[in-house]
Amino acid sequence: MSRRTRLLLFAIAAAGFGVVLVLGLSGLPAFGDYKGVYGNVIDGIGVTERHATDLVTALNFDIRAFDTLGEEFILFASVLGVVLILRQMRGEHDRPSQHEGDEHTFGGASEALRALSLLLIPLILAVGVYIVVHGQITPGGGFQGGVVLAAGPLAVFLAGRYLRMKIVAPHTLVELGEAAGAMGYALVGMGGLVFAGVFFKNFLPLGTPGHLLSAGQMDVASAAVGLEVSGAFLVAFSEFLDQAVAVQSSPSGSEE
Amino acid sequence: MTVLQIAALAAVAIGGGAVVLARDPLRQTLVLSVYGMALVMVFFVFQAPDVALSEIVVSTVGLPVMILLALRKVRENERERQEEEE
Repeated sequence: MSRRTRLLLFAIAAAGFGVVLVLGLSGLPAFGDYKGVYGNVIDGIGVTERHATDLVTALNFDIRAFDTLGEEFILFASVLGVVLILRQMRGEHDRPSQHEGDEHTFGGASEALRALSLLLIPLILAVGVYIVVHGQITPGGGFQGGVVLAAGPLAVFLAGRYLRMKIVAPHTLVELGEAAGAMGYALVGMGGLVFAGVFFKNFLPLGTPGHLLSAGQMDVASAAVGLEVSGAFLVAFSEFLDQAVAVQSSPSGSEE
Repeated sequence: MTVLQIAALAAVAIGGGAVVLARDPLRQTLVLSVYGMALVMVFFVFQAPDVALSEIVVSTVGLPVMILLALRKVRENERERQEEEE
């Protein structure tokens, strides 16, 4: 297709898109105008019936906890896919020398970057744990805290310490963490089934709104999701890192 | 809409264009993470701090790292192929 034809096609498509967009946007309700019922109901019962001050977490981990189960297994399955695609294949082999002296040449991290990363690691981990355990009180929760936690070991890599990162977050451990988190969340649901009669119905004491240990199952569910998400991200990260740094594909055609 | 919201939306509009206009994948990745920061601002000023929190890490750390590592791998493969042809 020549450049002229492509531009012509684009012009037609853009004009059509513009018309539809204007038509669609003109029918929208005014900015900030909410006509739904569900949101108001949640606003009303979140604190009184669930003892959670952050209603998003109340939705995710209690009222619509079943949806989160599905989302969690979407993440789980997609990370499994990444692991499957990036596995070491025939014709690929580990780079020959992988000792301590090597990683400095790979990282190329300056002293300043290294010092900054060192400073960042404890801060990132502290913020991550804080967000996970305060999910039901302030914005945050398992997913948000989990991705923050996964960034911690990544800061070790940022410091040019690829091999050290594999010591901090070894494959088996992160895989185990991911699986344990996924199972833990499902177990919270089973707990509801066993002790309260309905899957994911809250079965733990609700406590005082605004306290760290409150809102029943949300804390436990949030911790499980945090573990699962940070594990999932670390599994994906380390698979990518292995491919980029440690695995070498041998020249095609010649079997070594 | 407040001034902050308009400013954040404008930043996203400009950032999105900038990502597309940066043609080199390496530069594009870095522009993408700045664009992610603009998205974080949008979520935040539109009162969705939960989304903003996860977007911070995903768009400024997670996604760029994966793209950069993939780029490194792709270039390495290309280099090996070239060496083979010579």
